Amino acid sequence: MQKTKKNKFVKLLEALYYPVIAVVVAILLSGLMMQALGFDPINAYMYLFQGAFGSVASFSENFVKGIPLVFMGLSFAMAMRSGIINLGATGQLYIGALFGTFVGTHFAGLPIFIHLPLTLIAGFLGGGLMGWIVSFLKSRFGASELITTIMLNNIAIQLISYMVTGPMKDNASSSFPQSARILESAELPILLDGTRLHAGLIIAILAIVFYYVFLWWTRRGYEVRVVGANKYAGVYAGMNVRKNQMIAMVIAGGMAGLGGCIEILSVQTRLMQAFAGNTGFDGVAVALLGNNSPIGIGISAFLFGMLNNGSSTMEMLARVPNAMIYMIQGLIILLVVGRNMFRFEGIRKKFRKKKHVKEA
Amino acid sequence: MAFLEMKHISKYFGDVAANVDVNLSVEKGEVHALLGENGAGKSTLMNILYGMYSQSEGEIYLNGELVHIKDPKDSIAKGIGMVHQHFMLIPALSVIENVVLGLQGQKFVLDLKTAAKEFSELAKKYGMEIDPWAKVSQLSVGQQQRLEILKALYRKADLLILDEPTAVLTPQEVEGLFEMIRGLTKEGHTIIFISHKLVEIMEICDRCTVLRQGRVVKTTKISEIHDRKELAALMVGHQVDMTIEKKDIPRGDKILDVKDLSFVNKKKVQVLKNISFDVYGGEILGICGVDGNGQSELVHCLTGLETATSGQFTIKGKDMTHSKPRDILSMGVSHIPEDRLKYGMVREMNVNENLLLMTYRKPEYNKHGLFDWKKITAKNEQLCETYNVKTPSVSELAGNLSGGNQQKVVVAREMEREPDLLIAVHPDRGLDIGATKYIQNQIVEARDRGAAVLLVSTELEEIMELSDRILVIYEGQVMDILPQKEATRHQLGLLMAGVHQEN
Amino acid sequence: MIDMITSFLSTDIRMATSLLIAALGLVYCSRAGIVNIGVEGMMLIGSLMGVVGSYYTGSALMGALVAIGVNLIVSLVFAFFAVTIKADQNVIGTAINTFATGLTVTVNRVIFGVGTSQNIAVFDRVAIPGLSKIPIIGEAVFNQAIPVYIALIAVPVLWFILMKTSLGLKIRSVGENPQACDTVGINVYRVRYGTILFSGALAGLAGAYVSMGQLSSFTEDMIAGRGFIALAAVVLGNYMPGGVLAATLIFGAASALQYRMQATAVSVPYQFWLMLPYIITIIAICLYRKSSNQAASSGKPYDKH
Repeated sequence: MQKTKKNKFVKLLEALYYPVIAVVVAILLSGLMMQALGFDPINAYMYLFQGAFGSVASFSENFVKGIPLVFMGLSFAMAMRSGIINLGATGQLYIGALFGTFVGTHFAGLPIFIHLPLTLIAGFLGGGLMGWIVSFLKSRFGASELITTIMLNNIAIQLISYMVTGPMKDNASSSFPQSARILESAELPILLDGTRLHAGLIIAILAIVFYYVFLWWTRRGYEVRVVGANKYAGVYAGMNVRKNQMIAMVIAGGMAGLGGCIEILSVQTRLMQAFAGNTGFDGVAVALLGNNSPIGIGISAFLFGMLNNGSSTMEMLARVPNAMIYMIQGLIILLVVGRNMFRFEGIRKKFRKKKHVKEA
Repeated sequence: MAFLEMKHISKYFGDVAANVDVNLSVEKGEVHALLGENGAGKSTLMNILYGMYSQSEGEIYLNGELVHIKDPKDSIAKGIGMVHQHFMLIPALSVIENVVLGLQGQKFVLDLKTAAKEFSELAKKYGMEIDPWAKVSQLSVGQQQRLEILKALYRKADLLILDEPTAVLTPQEVEGLFEMIRGLTKEGHTIIFISHKLVEIMEICDRCTVLRQGRVVKTTKISEIHDRKELAALMVGHQVDMTIEKKDIPRGDKILDVKDLSFVNKKKVQVLKNISFDVYGGEILGICGVDGNGQSELVHCLTGLETATSGQFTIKGKDMTHSKPRDILSMGVSHIPEDRLKYGMVREMNVNENLLLMTYRKPEYNKHGLFDWKKITAKNEQLCETYNVKTPSVSELAGNLSGGNQQKVVVAREMEREPDLLIAVHPDRGLDIGATKYIQNQIVEARDRGAAVLLVSTELEEIMELSDRILVIYEGQVMDILPQKEATRHQLGLLMAGVHQEN
Repeated sequence: MIDMITSFLSTDIRMATSLLIAALGLVYCSRAGIVNIGVEGMMLIGSLMGVVGSYYTGSALMGALVAIGVNLIVSLVFAFFAVTIKADQNVIGTAINTFATGLTVTVNRVIFGVGTSQNIAVFDRVAIPGLSKIPIIGEAVFNQAIPVYIALIAVPVLWFILMKTSLGLKIRSVGENPQACDTVGINVYRVRYGTILFSGALAGLAGAYVSMGQLSSFTEDMIAGRGFIALAAVVLGNYMPGGVLAATLIFGAASALQYRMQATAVSVPYQFWLMLPYIITIIAICLYRKSSNQAASSGKPYDKH
């Protein structure tokens, strides 16, 4: 018993080893780049830290910024578990937001416990539809998801632009291209007075639990993982690769759509062009840093939420553009997938070799 | 000093010692056998000589001179050529492009015409003719091997390393290869012949170095060896009893019935032509043939991985020709696939999850739509014990197990379902003698229990040993089906080469 | 009418050029077995660095050289992770793309500030005497900027090198069977590094042409999927320089059509015309399925031991 406990502790340390190194090295490297661009990195990071942990309100913002990242991370991870690289979270997010906005701005008079779930389901379906298109094009025509997802992202962006300047434009309130405001009955309630922390947090946690239970406790999830890790073994065991990938992609797209929808129902309240910025691609870093594991995704979503949050303060006070954090993010992804670099086995190997010689 | 001297060579991969203090000396013009089980370190030693790996310790002398071989470029320059077990050819390119690839000192713009002329002359000299402009993908396996040898000769190799060269050939093709080897040694070439087949070594080699667990056991003249058993004992380290005990049981019902099965693959080649045979309970039908004569496609059709173009087959009387893998598996069919890493398991998953691969749909494993992991783990731990799988725990990743233990996981999973029909394809490929014997015994046990067994193998010995009846397949056709007792090595060899014996 | 065709063709070629330059580089690294989706980010970096170089030197050509130089460094990073570290190429590519977004926005704001227009030298059109007077196509093909000519000349040259020289044979073989190459003494890593650097350099030139040929300034996220369209063009062109030329001309036509329709067919909202190139790309890769020249070891890192 003692032994298994110790093993678990060692396992935890091992699980944390690469991500921690990746984050630390990425922050150091980015600091060097800031220096090169003429900023004071220590100053900048101090403001970043202050922006993230300065007060209860700013601390709660880490969660607010982290909530969409949970969904983007789950979206990328779910697809990857089935063997698909989903670079389409952006498009899925926007279509989810579009569907959610439509339902959320209509059906006045519905009670919140009906209207809100309905709106969330619409968001999920919107994203899920986009995910389904990707898997359909892949299984029917063999079209690489790397290309179709990026194309669909750009199509979705144009579609949103058309919607908020055309059919969904709210002419009553302003000339700014945006939709009408979400009805109160579809809005996510605030969890903590005086902050923007909203009930999306609960949905995000439920989504993580769903991800875990689905993949590790259900037959369908097991099939998805087998097919993703080795599709030949899946076929050999009588599994349907296309069907499983399709299900995974609908869930993956749905997750991103739900994330986009939740943004509209909480902090945005109106659909606008480009409201999500680069959020869709943040999921790649979140999932990879979290090693596609449920808890890992939760933690790294919080971490990147914190970076996003702190970077606004950093931009305001240290004048470092907040786009800087995308450099950090890119480096983190590189260092996480390049983890072989930090393997100490190379050094260990040399050491062991000497030992062997003595024995021999 | 001998032509080639490898002295005190050691090689470590991480914690694993592949070669320890190996001494090898090869005389000019001889055929020197390197004998050992799978994993004894033969290929590693030769890859060191060829510059693919660098040795951890030790020195190499060629023609009495100390040489440092950094990479294959060095070894080629020093006149060493190697024909790998898996051919190092590029199927998408032409023969001549393969020949000139990477050649030192060639001009920037390729002159394939001149090269083709030189190549054809060289080929003619050794009595081999290959069209230099043919695509390699169109060559037969035997031709590809000859191309590999010519590729080395074109680079002026005088020491040729042949790594398990007979594995892919029919007995008759092996004869042809041996003739070529004799011709080459007459011209002064030196051959190192890697094999684990004792008969062949006795026939072609002058001397022999036996490796076991990375160390040299003995170097000896073949003429001083009395019989195969002596070599086998050297190789394995103890007396080997390779006999397999089969119970005498009555033939059961007809389980598998295949009628006129044909299959056309994606490249529009007809790889199966009107295959017909049947298998009864309590018998092993061995399918023997050279690799690539339709065995894989036949098994794929029978397991639902592919659908036959015409013809049909029934399992226990039920037509399953157009069924999906899942339906066929649920008819009581177990399948030990030919490539365990590709089909048989998921390396990234643990042993527990791998053992679940065929049974995850069982109702007793699922409570309210969720897995009952407690029950599953308990069952799988017991399986590991019964089938002797050596693993720290069932939560170990399957990819971390040794090849033998990986195959035991597959066998455990497939046997546990007590199949009525067992399809086993190269079940012991790449395994050491201990593991091979264990798996062969499991197959015989399934037969003794009354299961019908379809065994696909390229190893004649194995087929002769285990089968009750033997089907020979050649270019997608059934050449003949013989009772094991009436079959001879020679006769099977001819059939494998597509020759019907008249009278 | 003839004027319209000429101007359409001219726009088509201009739009196709950035795709063509990037895709030609991708042909080489795809043939060597490397899938480089980082080309999107490299083009983005190229488009900014070209403008930066041009801003400081006053010459668009110098700007292009700066773009190429910076991208050589970026692709060296890609190569290090893809070849030496053997990490997943698609993920490294995504990392490069994310990094490029951050880098270009940051550097752009540091040098040019927010919202100010950049006053820079761009690629001028150079009419080729005589040839540019050929009716219809003369004006379209032979009155273009230098990078257009480079791209068009590169098509046959790169074809020749790929198919007829020992270097090209090595590149193709490394993508098909790296281990076989190793056994005949070819340094697989060096060939792969080389092709990645080559495609990075061309992505830099392509990006510089986007910001200084197609347009005349840098805007954030201006590549907008062009790198991925170039990847699609490589598949469509069956990994051959000539095929890639044809494919990029189709995509270029989609863009040219988009510009023309935005101006003339006002009844359809402009956003739908902006979607056109993306939709055509999806349709094209769905319809085309015979990519027989795809490298057998595509996307797989080569491990020597």
